Amino acid sequence: MPAIASPRKRKLTPQQYLDLYYYMRLNREVEETMTRLFRQNKIVGGLYSSLGQEAISVGTSYALEKRDWLAPMIRNIGALLVKGVPPRDIFTQHMAKYTSPTKGRDGTSHFGDLENLHIVSPISMLGDLIPVMTGVAIAGRYLGQKIVAMTWIGDGGSSTGVFHEGLNFAASQRAPFVLILENNQWAYSTPVRHQVRLVNLADRAKAYGIASYIVDGNDVVEVYTTAKEAVERARAGEGPILIEAKTFRRRGHAQHDPAEYVPKEQREFWEKRDPIASYETFLLKEKLLDAKSKKEMEDKLTSLLEKDREFAENSPMPPAETVNGGVYCTGDDCHKIRAKWQRPIAEVMPPKSSVEPVWMVEGFGSGKSSSGKNAPIHFGDVPQEQTSEESPQPAAKKSSKKSTTKRAKKGGR
Amino acid sequence: MAAITFLEAIKQAMFEEMAADPSVVLIGEDVGVYGGAFKTSEGLLEKFGWERVIDTPISESAIIGAACGMSYLGLRPIAEMQFIDFIVCAFNQITNFVAKGHYLWNAPAPIVIRGPSGGGVHGGPFHSANPEMYFVHTPGLKVVYPSTPYDAKGLLKASIRDNNPVLFFEHKFLYRRIKEEIPAGDYTVPLGKAVVRREGKHLTILSYAAMMHTSLEAAAALAKEGIDAEVIDLRTLLPLDEETILKSVKKTNKCLVVHEDTKTGGIAGEIAAILFEKAFHDLDGPLVRVASLDMPVPYAPTLEEAFLPNAQKVFAAAKELANY
Repeated sequence: MPAIASPRKRKLTPQQYLDLYYYMRLNREVEETMTRLFRQNKIVGGLYSSLGQEAISVGTSYALEKRDWLAPMIRNIGALLVKGVPPRDIFTQHMAKYTSPTKGRDGTSHFGDLENLHIVSPISMLGDLIPVMTGVAIAGRYLGQKIVAMTWIGDGGSSTGVFHEGLNFAASQRAPFVLILENNQWAYSTPVRHQVRLVNLADRAKAYGIASYIVDGNDVVEVYTTAKEAVERARAGEGPILIEAKTFRRRGHAQHDPAEYVPKEQREFWEKRDPIASYETFLLKEKLLDAKSKKEMEDKLTSLLEKDREFAENSPMPPAETVNGGVYCTGDDCHKIRAKWQRPIAEVMPPKSSVEPVWMVEGFGSGKSSSGKNAPIHFGDVPQEQTSEESPQPAAKKSSKKSTTKRAKKGGR
Repeated sequence: MAAITFLEAIKQAMFEEMAADPSVVLIGEDVGVYGGAFKTSEGLLEKFGWERVIDTPISESAIIGAACGMSYLGLRPIAEMQFIDFIVCAFNQITNFVAKGHYLWNAPAPIVIRGPSGGGVHGGPFHSANPEMYFVHTPGLKVVYPSTPYDAKGLLKASIRDNNPVLFFEHKFLYRRIKEEIPAGDYTVPLGKAVVRREGKHLTILSYAAMMHTSLEAAAALAKEGIDAEVIDLRTLLPLDEETILKSVKKTNKCLVVHEDTKTGGIAGEIAAILFEKAFHDLDGPLVRVASLDMPVPYAPTLEEAFLPNAQKVFAAAKELANY
């Protein structure tokens, strides 16, 4: 079980510790502001809470660099904030205002910024981001950008077909891709044990021959350090990595849902394990935070959120006539689409790019017969390591490290 | 100038675009070492290497999703569906993610999704489809369906250079059955423009893809009976070239639409609505449809022939309409 304030070894800089705290607080305050707006009937559609899951959005996205790409899901507002999205964008999105990033054309966290922040918008169909971010990762590698792509999925979304297609393809490409599986134990009203026969959803990684971790999703330092390690491994060419973060969804599927199907004991268990409260206790104990600096931070948050909320509330709805236009990109006047090359283009152009069009099936013909001599490989006698380590494409650099499931800590179940 | 097949035209377009622009890549099942199930990408891997010609697992959603993600970094991926029938396996990815991105989030996805479509080669119910109308009903996509090698090459090049997702249907009946002399070097054919294949005055026949040739065959037979049909090749179904359609119908006052897609929900119904809205007073007869029967594509050659439109059916319908 994740301890409430386990003695953590100091491994981050004081600023990093405080950043994690700030963004988790910001995440929660942004959502609480929106809950109030929702109750005032100022949010147009549904409101999805990540209460109790802030450590995951914040800890994982904090492990990314500026050049990296991410695609949040509905409960990852914290990741948007870490990446640099101002709270006003989140408020205006939820209120369908003309000043929102999508000018009221889509709501919630459904917006992106390809140019500057490298954010891909989610859609409501779960799992679709996995192949999309795999494509981002492959393209980044192709262009020599050394980026990592990250997205999130829930316990529920991990049962979609496209989850499998996407993660398997990412594995086959050894794409620099990190997938965070937030196991909050409930897919709307269905508990995880009724969705999947696995105890640990990280075990899904085994099916794709990729590495995985299990972390206590309510421990922001553990989430961050694990994500950091995964991001660097992915960047180094080890292929995609799956991190299962165990946590609990403390509100319903959305605001309308009182979640009465959740057993009282389970809720109580997790409410005692609030990721922000326990982290704050740790920071105070370690003297990384004191009453004065806490107050300063809270004042900063309050004034930022007040200003942004006011901006959003005072913003107009999109004028009806703006419904038109923008279904199609009209060309260079609309978007100048240019790849940003960070490697010599000559490497991907003939004659340098030219190859012999044959499969390199490593180890083929090297099996030993009973006499110890090389023998052709037949069905059934392929050595284990050949099947698991085969990397068909010379372009995808091979790593000697084997796929592993590393358990950073036993999950809280 | 040498005469080349429809298939060769597709290959040339991809080859030339990849040679001219390093952001163009090809992704799909068996497109690399094997050169594609129909050999449309033969030689591309040899020339451009593993990073630009990507063989994938059998995962259509992953192919489309990855192509979309790649396009976000400024690449122009061509995603091949081994048979266009399998495009529906990626329906959600195409209609919800790729098509809506520009309108909703200002995220253009310059990808081409292409593959062999259509019947008449006894491929059976899962290798003969014409699924174009699922996508014509999806704002944000463009849908192209050429009928000649010249157009196939020029339209594919234009599709690759377009900043929007383009679905490019290649009628497999035409792959090796049709040859045409095309000019050497670079040219494009603009998307969204129909072309008059045969001028005439008594009625307008609108068609595309393999049925284009069926319609021309019928028009030749009609001419012998003194019926002068104007035949128009739509080439792009989304956006539809209303101007060319209306101009012709306002001249001939009668319109017949021929398509290999099944009748209900086919493009003919949409054209009928456009004519009712914009050329009602110019019509001297009913809009007539010649299309495949409303059923799955049957396997047996005898059944498939009964299922598909042919020149006789077009001739009979056109003659009746001309005499209306």
